[in-house]
Amino acid sequence: MSTFVLLTLTGLGLAALYFLVASGLSLVFGLADVLNFAHGLFLGVGAYATWWAAGHVPGAGPTGFGFVLAAAFGVAAGALVAALVELVLIRPLYSRTIEQVLVTVGLSLAGVALLQSTWGADPRPFPRPEWTRGVTDIGDAYIPNASLLLIIAAAAVLTLLLLFLRFTRVGLVIRAGVENREMVTALGIDVRKAFTLVFAIGGAAAALAGALGGVYFGSVSPGQGGSLLIFAFIVVVIGGMGSVVGSAYAAVAVGLLQQFVNYYGTAGLGDICVVALLAIVLLFRPQGIAGRAVTA
Amino acid sequence: MSDPILTVTDLSVRIAGLHILQGVSFTVAPTGVTALLGRNGVGKTTTLRALVGLTPRGGEVSGHALIGGVDTLRTPTHRLVRGGLGYVPEDRCVFAGLTVAENLKLAERPGAKPAYDRVFDLFPELSKRARQRAGTLSGGQQQMLAIGRVLLADNTLLLVDEPTKGLAPKVVTEVAEALEAVAEQVPVLLVEQNLAVVRRLARDAVVLAAGRVAWTGPAARLLGEPELTKALLGVGSSDDRKAARGDSLAMAEDA
Repeated sequence: MSTFVLLTLTGLGLAALYFLVASGLSLVFGLADVLNFAHGLFLGVGAYATWWAAGHVPGAGPTGFGFVLAAAFGVAAGALVAALVELVLIRPLYSRTIEQVLVTVGLSLAGVALLQSTWGADPRPFPRPEWTRGVTDIGDAYIPNASLLLIIAAAAVLTLLLLFLRFTRVGLVIRAGVENREMVTALGIDVRKAFTLVFAIGGAAAALAGALGGVYFGSVSPGQGGSLLIFAFIVVVIGGMGSVVGSAYAAVAVGLLQQFVNYYGTAGLGDICVVALLAIVLLFRPQGIAGRAVTA
Repeated sequence: MSDPILTVTDLSVRIAGLHILQGVSFTVAPTGVTALLGRNGVGKTTTLRALVGLTPRGGEVSGHALIGGVDTLRTPTHRLVRGGLGYVPEDRCVFAGLTVAENLKLAERPGAKPAYDRVFDLFPELSKRARQRAGTLSGGQQQMLAIGRVLLADNTLLLVDEPTKGLAPKVVTEVAEALEAVAEQVPVLLVEQNLAVVRRLARDAVVLAAGRVAWTGPAARLLGEPELTKALLGVGSSDDRKAARGDSLAMAEDA
């Protein structure tokens, strides 16, 4: 029983990490039709900015409120970089899919190279608040607090995103834009402003994943964002492009599948099963779990 | 005669190598309904979409389309709409996942008080179904919502694309009545295949053929001359019932 609880909660922790990266990716694709291969860069920026802030920003630090401040700095940096990427690089290339892919792939490679040249290729120890190094006894299973932190953060982000989409005018524009962007414009709305905001929100969520992923893994390295991005893409496709709730369901499915199969099968088999799940969804429900709808 | 509300000059549209519109010029009167007619595929919808800036990416648009000194072909869509150019697209294009109330809220224009009374007076059904998802409405109700959205704000001109397409005869009558009421307040450029609806609503007509304007004049004259109607539209006005099947029956009987 304790093994089941442990695998479930650590699987959910992994799912939380995937969801934080995938939610922004999904909204960006759903609204702006941009397949953003540079999304992993926002995660890297968040992780490195948090790590840097913990040692340099007044008030920030590796523990307690200091870490919250460092993570907030990382999230802000991720949002800012994402908004700049949209404004400077993506905006001139809307509806030019090939160019977008080339630019975002190039940017992700350049971003990793920039992080490497600045702070080196080796993993750096990440600041870990004391509580996140401990475990919590749940149902006779000792659950790493870092996993619980990820789950709580992802649940909070999911709730905030849904409230934002449901109750704000910009949220309404995003939901409508995912369905039919052209018609939103035909109602007199400059939908490009929503694109920038969605990029910033996605960048912030990915940066939070970077900060909390650093806590979870205990280190930060330049290529971390890229490897998580692959699973985030799988989550987005399984969940349905543009659906935040679909991404949440898909992240849980992928995280649990990976964790259980890797434990009861052999290490690495979980990843293969995730790819198999992706293939099954593409064959039988290509629009994903939730289809092309932003909330449900 | 008053100055036209819209003057289109030498409008050409090329999409994916096809020269769909080849120098189209016409005017729209400042009151009443002007019908834009023609056989399938002559470029009626392409004309409306070009006027509101929704030509597909990669499409080439040239010429001029002036509304009060603003060239709509060189102005972003959202600015045109905020400036009073209302557009009701073919196939309604309501947001299926949003409620009726949310569809309407989205159409509120910044700085202008939304005229919900006007919309609900014209379409009381929308008020009753405010919390229903638009995707679950009938075709007629969706059309009412699509028209209602643009009527939330004051417009200088409405572009309405095939509002009765695919609707049941009774609903065609309802939509036509609503458009008739709308046209008393704002000029309308109407694309419509149902000639009974055109006869009821339109004062002027512009007929496109092979990407050019083939005829302009009073709609009554066009529809009153069977030979002319048949030559330009491929269907005699007296054949409305056969041509539009049930759609026009109710209209013809009303008339």
